[in-house]
Amino acid sequence: MTLLSELAIGSKGQVRAIHNTDEISMRLLEMGVTPGVEVAVVGCAPLGDPLELEVRGYRLSVRKSEASRVELES
Amino acid sequence: MKSANQVKPGTLSPNRQVTVALVGNPNTGKSTLFSALAGVRQHVGNYPGVTVEKKVGRTMIDGRAIELIDLPGTYSLAPRSLDEMVTVDVLLGRRADVPPVDCVISIVDASNLERNLYLVSQVLELGLPVVVAINMIDVAESRGIKIDLDRLQKQLGVPVVTMQANRKRGFAELKAAVTRVLDQPIAEYQSPFPQEFRTEVAQLQTASNANGGELPRYLIERLLLDVNGYVQERLATGGAGSLLPLVESARRRLTEVNLGPPAIEAISRYGWARKVLDGVVSRPATRVVTKGDKFDRILTHRVWGTLIFAAAMLVVFSSVFVFADPVMGIVDSGIGWIAGQVDLMMPEGPLKSLVVDGVIGGVGSVVIFLPQILILFMFIAILEDCGYMARAAYLMDKLMTKVGLSGKSFIPLLSSFACAIPGIMATRVIENRRDRMTTILIAPLMSCSARLPVYAILIAAFIPSQSYLGGLVQLQGVTMFAMYLVGMVTAAVVALLLKKTLLRGPTPSFVLELPTYKWPSPTMVVGRMVDRGWAFLKRAGTLILAVSLLVWALSYYPRDTAAVEGPFATEISRLEMQRDNATTEEQKTAAEDELVEINYQIDAEYQRRSWLGQAGQWIEPAVKPLGWDWRIGSAAIASFPAREVVMGVLGVIYNLGSELDVGEESDQTRLAAKLQAARWDDTGKPVYNIPVALGLMVFFALCAQCAATLAVIKRETNSWRWPAFAFAYMTALAYAGAFVTYQTGMWIASRM
Repeated sequence: MTLLSELAIGSKGQVRAIHNTDEISMRLLEMGVTPGVEVAVVGCAPLGDPLELEVRGYRLSVRKSEASRVELES
Repeated sequence: MKSANQVKPGTLSPNRQVTVALVGNPNTGKSTLFSALAGVRQHVGNYPGVTVEKKVGRTMIDGRAIELIDLPGTYSLAPRSLDEMVTVDVLLGRRADVPPVDCVISIVDASNLERNLYLVSQVLELGLPVVVAINMIDVAESRGIKIDLDRLQKQLGVPVVTMQANRKRGFAELKAAVTRVLDQPIAEYQSPFPQEFRTEVAQLQTASNANGGELPRYLIERLLLDVNGYVQERLATGGAGSLLPLVESARRRLTEVNLGPPAIEAISRYGWARKVLDGVVSRPATRVVTKGDKFDRILTHRVWGTLIFAAAMLVVFSSVFVFADPVMGIVDSGIGWIAGQVDLMMPEGPLKSLVVDGVIGGVGSVVIFLPQILILFMFIAILEDCGYMARAAYLMDKLMTKVGLSGKSFIPLLSSFACAIPGIMATRVIENRRDRMTTILIAPLMSCSARLPVYAILIAAFIPSQSYLGGLVQLQGVTMFAMYLVGMVTAAVVALLLKKTLLRGPTPSFVLELPTYKWPSPTMVVGRMVDRGWAFLKRAGTLILAVSLLVWALSYYPRDTAAVEGPFATEISRLEMQRDNATTEEQKTAAEDELVEINYQIDAEYQRRSWLGQAGQWIEPAVKPLGWDWRIGSAAIASFPAREVVMGVLGVIYNLGSELDVGEESDQTRLAAKLQAARWDDTGKPVYNIPVALGLMVFFALCAQCAATLAVIKRETNSWRWPAFAFAYMTALAYAGAFVTYQTGMWIASRM
């Protein structure tokens, strides 16, 4: 199982599922991180966290702990 | 509770006031659009009971008077708190203090259509006439994005206009579309959800109606979709509680067929968005790398980004200090001049003192904050408008999570080092209520600029100016830094404690959009500055004035002229005669100087006999463990409205007169000398020593001595509880801190 939090900077993946049903997962879904969508990791902050993603044509910042809810197609 | 709004075509007479709501994601230029429509006819208030701002304005469309409501920018109409519920209730016509909405303008970012359509999809479900305004069309064009407007309009089923709000392009089309949509039947609602979902909703709706509930379909959907969400919580306590088991079973059935909430909403709506945009948007094959993109790579770079960020923060922070200072000096002189004029014009007596010391002094202590607020908000508005603010939060997030907060708290807390007031006002960007409260409650612990004079005098008087390590480590500088550290460390501890107790809750999400960079709009920046400055003056001003008048009264009364001035009468007349009959300049000046001295002594005696002075003497036993005598106690009490006052009060109490200007070098050393010479009334031992001085500084570092700050906390949280709590906890901490510092210091001293 590949998680978004494990994706290397500069690579992309396709979302398979969002785990959990709490506020953070709902937020991810609302912002367009849904099953089937392509996500790319474009960078990260100085201490390695949070991550900068590109999804549906815009830039989104997500903490690694939050990104770990996103399962990617391996 | 009103039922959901229903607009029947043709019932809108030209004379009826029409209400139009503006809805949209953050960073779509909604405020610019609102301001362009409403102009100066806008008003900001509060929805009662919540911290959400109520922003309304007036405009004319096709001869009709329109009331505009600017709803807070949001990514979704799924309410997760009382604050977010306000927006939903306004749109559903369920708020008694807002007229039912007749039309919604849904503002969308041209470069970001897909994500923006998520919200549009929710708006379309409300059963209201909708116009979609595609804003920032210029940015999209510069990226090579082309939009087929006709096709989009057909696929959406509602009027669509393109706009560039900051250049006033597209407004005629927008107004025409609103007029059109108000006079037509509402577009038929096409649900993005699969049939199974819609069936479940219909069944729930029937059950709800059967129970006498009046829930609109949208809220039933929310109930089904938001698992353990706000709507569920709120309705569980209400009459619709019986609905919940039905909702649970509906959710289970849907999950079994892979259509489970909450994911089903995002999947359905984004699926619909993709269909709607099919053939509508054409992008160049490879993403056009704009200047903004290149900027962004540097600004979020691990090394360069952080350096630039540090530099930017330094600029903001020092500007508030550096630029505000001369302006504050001007304001101060202005106030002093006015006071001087009044002083000359009015006859002696309580009324004059009331006006000069109470009113002018009181108003002055409010107006003095204005330059700092304006400057800080100018920077914040610029940073936010150009898009850098989100990057700042992104860079600082990891650090802030260590104290239980998020990156969004960084700039408000940094600003609080200059002045907590604009810092607290800046916490509006923090959406999560608990995080925002915590930030507001610890902001006053960041040693603000008003504490500097206190530190400066006490350090100059009592900390030896020794240096170690060949001049690198200077004791006085270290002490100053230590005081700032006390504030920061305490803030970190308090933040962690609050998060574990009062403000406990799940870690809020830090899913943050990083908007594209754009040039900040001057009208936006100035507008926001004026907005905040005016809000501060209005609200905080009334409270501070009241408190200042109270403190004035306490330090003026009771006033027994005979008892105080009586003993000096003969001396005064002797000196006056000496002055009038003086033959040389020296004799005259000598006599005048002595008269001034006597006046100071009289002032000090009045102080001692006043309520304030008596209060100081009364609490002396309580402050003795801190090493304070009644004079310090009095000064501490008097400085509660504004801590800068403490130096002036101490000046009076130590016979230095009330015009002591703490900024002046000579006055500083005079006060320092007096402090060093001060003795206890009964034992004659020195009052001030290093432990007392340090304890006093710690007290000032941690104490909530600023009525203005408390007033702003009240305004931002819309409740008295929070400023009261802030005051209570900070005073307790300050007392404890001063106690520990003093006792430890004395213990160490006794061992040396």
